[in-house]
Amino acid sequence: MSFFQAVRIAFETIRVQKLKSFFSVIGVTIGVTFLIAVVSIVGGMGRYMKDDLIGKLIAVNAFNLRQRPDINLGNVTQDEIREWRRRPRIEASDVPAVAAALPHEVLWATQSSGNLVVESAYASSRTMQASTVSSDWFTIKKMGVSKGRLIALQEYVLGSPVVVIGQDVADHFFPGLEPVGRELRIQDIPYTVIGVAEKQGSVFGISLDKFVIAPEASPLNRWVNPHGVIDEMIIQGPNEVGMREAMEATRSVMRGRHHLRPSQPDNFALETSDSALEFWNKLQSYLVVAGIALPTVGLVVGAIVIMNIMLVAVSERTFEIGIRKSLGARRKDILNQFLIESATLATLGAALGVALGIGFAKALAAVSPLPAAVEVWSIFVGVGVGAGVGIIAGLYPASRAALLDPIAAMRQET
Amino acid sequence: MTQQILEAPLGLTAERMAVTQKVGQAPDPKWVIVARGIKREYDMGGEIVRALRGVDIAIGRNEYVAIMGPSGSGKSTLMNILGCLDTPNAGEYWLNGQLVSKMSDDALARVRNKEIGFVFQTFNLLPRATALHNVELPLVYAGLGSDERKRKAKEALEKVQLDHRMDHRPNELSGGQRQRVAIARALVNDPSMLLADEPTGNLDSQTSEEIMRVFQTLADAGQTVVMVTHEPDIAAHARRVVVLRDGLMSTDETKENFVARLGIAAPNLDESKVIEL
Repeated sequence: MSFFQAVRIAFETIRVQKLKSFFSVIGVTIGVTFLIAVVSIVGGMGRYMKDDLIGKLIAVNAFNLRQRPDINLGNVTQDEIREWRRRPRIEASDVPAVAAALPHEVLWATQSSGNLVVESAYASSRTMQASTVSSDWFTIKKMGVSKGRLIALQEYVLGSPVVVIGQDVADHFFPGLEPVGRELRIQDIPYTVIGVAEKQGSVFGISLDKFVIAPEASPLNRWVNPHGVIDEMIIQGPNEVGMREAMEATRSVMRGRHHLRPSQPDNFALETSDSALEFWNKLQSYLVVAGIALPTVGLVVGAIVIMNIMLVAVSERTFEIGIRKSLGARRKDILNQFLIESATLATLGAALGVALGIGFAKALAAVSPLPAAVEVWSIFVGVGVGAGVGIIAGLYPASRAALLDPIAAMRQET
Repeated sequence: MTQQILEAPLGLTAERMAVTQKVGQAPDPKWVIVARGIKREYDMGGEIVRALRGVDIAIGRNEYVAIMGPSGSGKSTLMNILGCLDTPNAGEYWLNGQLVSKMSDDALARVRNKEIGFVFQTFNLLPRATALHNVELPLVYAGLGSDERKRKAKEALEKVQLDHRMDHRPNELSGGQRQRVAIARALVNDPSMLLADEPTGNLDSQTSEEIMRVFQTLADAGQTVVMVTHEPDIAAHARRVVVLRDGLMSTDETKENFVARLGIAAPNLDESKVIEL
């Protein structure tokens, strides 16, 4: 009996007993559904974290020199927090020293931020993030304007009271009006809006378009930080290798300036997207374990169910097996017939699980901020595992069938 | 018990006795079955039941033999051995020149497929398959392609005049029709012999006659037919009747002798009574 014949017989048997077949494969279906859904969600979240979230907060091939890490997605102990507070701030005077040590194709900029009261003549006042930056900041962040222009070099030098504002700020403070050229008051000091930044989007539902940015030397600087202190220096290498080199150069300059001995750890943070992603990577490994454990449970249950159903099937069809053997079916023929039936059953269940998993992941992505991207490899693994479970589960029943004595089998009542 | 051979069918008595004694030697190809000293014992919960105690039998090509005996005579056991469903504990069984009694399970399956056409008392058709599919089943295990299988199966059904019902399932067929399907299935792979076990046991007398007529037609056309039965009336349809008793052959004689010895009426298949089934 050829493989395709056996598959066709299997389909026929399943077709005749649709409901029973469905219940047989429920465990496998659920296991595969979990597999597809978890892989989709975890994969989607991973991509989102790397590309959207972290990518938006930390520029590519860049690192931040800060007093302490900015993005903290992990468990930080109280001790660690206290230690961070004791660290010296990054100072404006550190900047030239570090800049001097960087290779010339490396870009750098400074940024200091605070939450300040902003108001205009056209809307209620808001407290929001206000930052002062140095001239290469917009280049590193790859931020452009949708209206007006960026801060000019002269304005950086002079510390002119000008601001580039985010899209949401423009919408709120200048509803239906052209923001460029108008006045915005920050902590009661007037600034002129010279540009509206391109829309940045949002991260986990939090808007990234609520900010005002002024030149470093502008009056805003007094408000965001004590004199001579900056929040961070952003340094961008031309590529990964260049960035690492720049990191080491920065590290040695800062260690020197902080008079650290070789045995002492850094008392400043060099934050790359890697470190920010560290927590996510750890979380992801836990999710992967869950994503393997849950489907495995489903599949083990599925295998046991299929084995039992097949045992019953063999017992019910003992008469038929006896006839087939009397007509010349060898043990191998009977074994294959039932193995293929079991594998076909499980594979169909897995295919159903794939469909359900994709549906589940898409539904979840639609109703929640969780992104889900169906990974093609998980479909193949799901179906392959389903078939494998079918073969393993069917092995014992199929061998029982194959070893039946035809004479005794034909005596059984149908 | 000694074998009483009152008259040898086909006039081959001495030859038949000789071929069953030549242990170890492959018999002449004109013998389809040569069984030498077949013994079969079962262990039934500690007690040993000797179903066959040393049966010698030789059946040549074209013979139409009935193996008769009361229940417990060992005829079913002998049938299972002749049909390669079972192997003897001792003795030799040569089927078509092959020593079958020492074959492996797989080899026996091959032999069953190629050499033997079974017809059972309970028809033993697959209940959820059509008549056509039932008949082509031996060809499936012989490895034939789909088109060739269907063609041969249709031919076999034509031989038993059931090709017009080939897409029906067994539960849509009468008892006689089911047995015809079983006979077609038995013939489809061109076997050396047809082995029938109480073929009319589940049929009424009219239908029984029809089936006996089919066997007669096949036997007349040259098919070797071996029929096992406990009914003397049915046994008397064959050309040769072997009687088993207590695991040994008791008598081996022509139909005429058998009928005369038992004092029963010779069967008369009335050709005019052709029943449409």
